[in-house]
Amino acid sequence: MTQSLLQVRNLRVTFPSRQGEFHAVRGVSFDLGRERLGVVGESGSGKSMTGRAILGLVRPPGRVTADRLELDGESILNLPERRMRKLRGSRISMVMQDPKFSLNPVMTVGDQIMEAYRLHAGGSRDIARQKALEMLNAVQIRDPERVMKTYPHEVSGGMGQRIMIAMMLAPDPQILIADEPTSALDVSVRGEVLSIMDGLVRDRGMGLIFISHDLNLVSKFCDRVLIMYAGRIVETLAASDLHNARHPYTQGLLSSLPRLDAPVKRLPVLQREESWRDGELQIKLSGKI
Amino acid sequence: MLTIDNLDVWFGDPPDRVDAVKNAAFSVAKGESFGLVGESGSGKSTILRAVAGLIDSWSGRIDVDGRPVHARRRDRAFYKTVQMVFQDPYASLHPRHSVDTVLSEALGLQGMGDIDRRITKLLEDVGLGKGFRFRYPHQLSGGQRQRVAIARALAAEPRLLLLDEPTSALDVSVQAEILNLLVDLRAEHGLTYVMVSHDLAVVGHICDRLAVMQHGRIVEIMSVEALRKGEGTQEYTRHLITASA
Repeated sequence: MTQSLLQVRNLRVTFPSRQGEFHAVRGVSFDLGRERLGVVGESGSGKSMTGRAILGLVRPPGRVTADRLELDGESILNLPERRMRKLRGSRISMVMQDPKFSLNPVMTVGDQIMEAYRLHAGGSRDIARQKALEMLNAVQIRDPERVMKTYPHEVSGGMGQRIMIAMMLAPDPQILIADEPTSALDVSVRGEVLSIMDGLVRDRGMGLIFISHDLNLVSKFCDRVLIMYAGRIVETLAASDLHNARHPYTQGLLSSLPRLDAPVKRLPVLQREESWRDGELQIKLSGKI
Repeated sequence: MLTIDNLDVWFGDPPDRVDAVKNAAFSVAKGESFGLVGESGSGKSTILRAVAGLIDSWSGRIDVDGRPVHARRRDRAFYKTVQMVFQDPYASLHPRHSVDTVLSEALGLQGMGDIDRRITKLLEDVGLGKGFRFRYPHQLSGGQRQRVAIARALAAEPRLLLLDEPTSALDVSVQAEILNLLVDLRAEHGLTYVMVSHDLAVVGHICDRLAVMQHGRIVEIMSVEALRKGEGTQEYTRHLITASA
């Protein structure tokens, strides 16, 4: 078996609430190799929380526990903030949903990318500038010199997201966590951004965790898919096998999508069953079969 | 039911004037369901907002139910005929108004009596029980909120419903429920729909015909059958179909 980049065992995220403890993530386990791993589920299924827990971004009073949370064999569970900050960005990066909220509105795009790079790699401004231009080129921005000088409000959503990707990939992280990176984008731009991300991840041999609610998108773009329901992984599938999903929840999600090629009078509606929450599950941890 | 001709919509004054919609024309028959698709910035929502009276900087012709509408002033009869459902149910409901307040205000504005019975009926129509009547938005899920927003629009007993991406903020499983509800309501009440969406499959499910928009212009009007067969005559339409397949 190839060395996995990230090992997660029995990850739990808990928030205290007036009604007692709320378990947002309930015992998630998986291995991430140099692959594209999709995490799919509805809102509230704990998919984003899983990503945030790995990055140590769950704020108190939220609590993260796990039997094991290892990056390249080294435990990253509940590290002190200072050490976590060293990891974040340089070894694990995250691309968030909406570029409008994740870019600094009062700093030029170039300065932001250079800052992100120098924070982790150090080096002179000239080197950082070279790197920033190179990264903007890598995400297929046509006129990087001009874009370097623009402010975030002057670029479109698709371009903003490409800038985010450029910034996140500048320090060459081993793992990229992308949380709904394309849901704020148009269908026509979406494909472009995805193929750019795909190319970069493949060329650099990175591990990608792709969090999304869009089953079809994930099945086209990822190697392997985890389906989450109520804080647990209910099914793991090779992306090509998605349409042979066995869990009734996955099947229900797939059939509730309207399709252009197969018109129906009424869409089947997902009937949730209590047993999905706590029923027995058999989960394969690793992608290597 | 709705005829639009030679419609231009703009924002701002020269030299910063932006022409959001240029020379749009289409008509929607009574009981028909018409879709507007295109990428963001193509002007599809702008057309809807101009029809609803939320934008007054437009020229051209908008006829609702055979009568031309005025850019600034709309009479009560207009709002009784036309209602709108917005994209984000988290933003379109007042956080401190209960479902009961929202619906009785809408009914009161239309000068309707017998509010108590009507609210029960409205909640039933959109598949929410009486138990939801005194809840606040934060006690409702996204799908339930969108049902309340639809009930609010139905309160006026409109005949033309403008739907601005009614399901794009919802999960796919909830989207299916709302789409089914919209299909049922149209059949029960004989409604006419104009729906904006970026999702061709959703438009394919709800609508009979659609207009494809790009850069503020309608590039093509086609039937849903043609869409399903991938028969766009314009290059942009075919691009959109491949991108969303």
